[in-house]
Amino acid sequence: MKPFDYLSPVDAAAAVRSVAGNPGAVFLGGGTNLVDHLKLGVVAPELVVGLAGVLPAEVEELDELDGGGLRIGAGVSNSELAADRRVRERFPVLSQALLSGASGQLRNMATVGGNPLQRTRCAYFQDVTTPCNKREPGSGCSAIGGWTRHHAVLGASEHCIAVHPSDMAVAMAALDARVRVLGPAGERTVPFVGLHRLPGGAPERDTVLEHGELITAIDLPAAPIARRSAYRKVRDRASYAFALVSVAAALDVEDGVIVDARVAFGGVAHAPWRAYRAEEALRGAPASERSYRDAADAELAGARPAEGLDGGNAFKIPLLRRTLAATLRGLAGEGSR
Amino acid sequence: MQRDITVRVDGVARRLTVDTRTTLLDALRERLGVTSPKKGCDHGQCGACTVLSGARRVLSCLTLAVSQDGAEVVTAAGLAAGAAAGDGPPGAAGDGPPGADGGLHPVQRAFVDCDALQCGFCTPGQVVSAVGALDEFARGWPSAVTEGPGTPRLDRAEVAERMSGNLCRCGAYANIVTAVRQAAGASPAARAVTSRPGGPRETDTEVAG
Repeated sequence: MKPFDYLSPVDAAAAVRSVAGNPGAVFLGGGTNLVDHLKLGVVAPELVVGLAGVLPAEVEELDELDGGGLRIGAGVSNSELAADRRVRERFPVLSQALLSGASGQLRNMATVGGNPLQRTRCAYFQDVTTPCNKREPGSGCSAIGGWTRHHAVLGASEHCIAVHPSDMAVAMAALDARVRVLGPAGERTVPFVGLHRLPGGAPERDTVLEHGELITAIDLPAAPIARRSAYRKVRDRASYAFALVSVAAALDVEDGVIVDARVAFGGVAHAPWRAYRAEEALRGAPASERSYRDAADAELAGARPAEGLDGGNAFKIPLLRRTLAATLRGLAGEGSR
Repeated sequence: MQRDITVRVDGVARRLTVDTRTTLLDALRERLGVTSPKKGCDHGQCGACTVLSGARRVLSCLTLAVSQDGAEVVTAAGLAAGAAAGDGPPGAAGDGPPGADGGLHPVQRAFVDCDALQCGFCTPGQVVSAVGALDEFARGWPSAVTEGPGTPRLDRAEVAERMSGNLCRCGAYANIVTAVRQAAGASPAARAVTSRPGGPRETDTEVAG
């Protein structure tokens, strides 16, 4: 690990000034991803700016937004947010997504602001002895033609097929969350579905945030549909593993007809994947197995599996189709009126 | 680059100078001689380094020591009554004086009773994680296997899910699950992480940087 200086700023504005003024500076939230990367040599900052005590962390003090929405301080831990009674009642998909991620210890450390900014767990990205366009632009992609079980089938490019690892982010994307950001030029708000980039020709940039911009809070707008929502995650072991595929969904069914739906996928793209085409196919359709399969087909028509040494990841497409159907079936069954 | 920090470890204030790169785990083990947290994977994947910080279970291998200035840290060794300076730290069983069992914390007692130790390397992390998990359970926090919005029941599935961040290569999970459930039922103290009345005795230790 290269030596670095460490700062404990007095407030968020001071934290932003410290990082914005130094191209070699990084923010430290819960540290569950950054400290690992320091050890692996994936990053070598010259200044680490600790955010403990700088960002709102009290889950009891979540601000209520109009009509039942919530503003979540970026310093709130994943475990506190998942346990919050309002989140469990109004946005069960978010609580379930948070609880399906990592372990109890890691959820206690991880923060709402840091979680969306965690980096891919692509083994080649984390192994500094292998070429990786995300770690070293222009060096090549070792995953293409390599071990691709955990890689993308949607939105990938010839430069990168890595997936975003966060479960929370998939739920946030489905819920039309908005990210409040403080930067050197002041505050701005970014729609959660626009926060993460697809790799294109610049996979080294995960998000649209500029250097020195800090997530200070995430707003969950009121969403009555979210009271009937769920997160379903498929992985290689029962717990404490990243998703092969995951589905965040909310459903509103009346008299056997789908009035409205929210759907996002995880584990299959460089960003949490909001499935607008699937939602479009579901609206107005009968709440039936056929509709769920048709919705999956509408979204997955553009899916492109990766070939690989391990047989590739084409299995993710039927797996995602079935996972979406199972999630929607569960929601329709629970909530038929 | 060096920083001076003060951390209360198992009820004793410890001052030391650390390189900013030092993890809490390395500071505890290599600098303070507190060796109950174990270095397993050193990448947050095995849970052997689990400690309580601010009464929450965390991974000391992914925690920078500089970020713990002023923190209250409890390790497996500090859970037993009378472990430090003759007076138990937060998290100690606290009900009555150390007795025939050496003042073991109810979770430690249950691990002994249920033969949940196996080779023992992962055990301190398992014990601390169980203490943290039982506190989370007592607060009504759900897990990924909790059904519905109500209060969860601490059945085997709940314990397994809540302990899944701690890996045991001996495969001793069956006895660990039994031990955690026994501790939960044995004594309300098993669930109390911070409720011990009266603070531990303060001992200030200077450690040369």
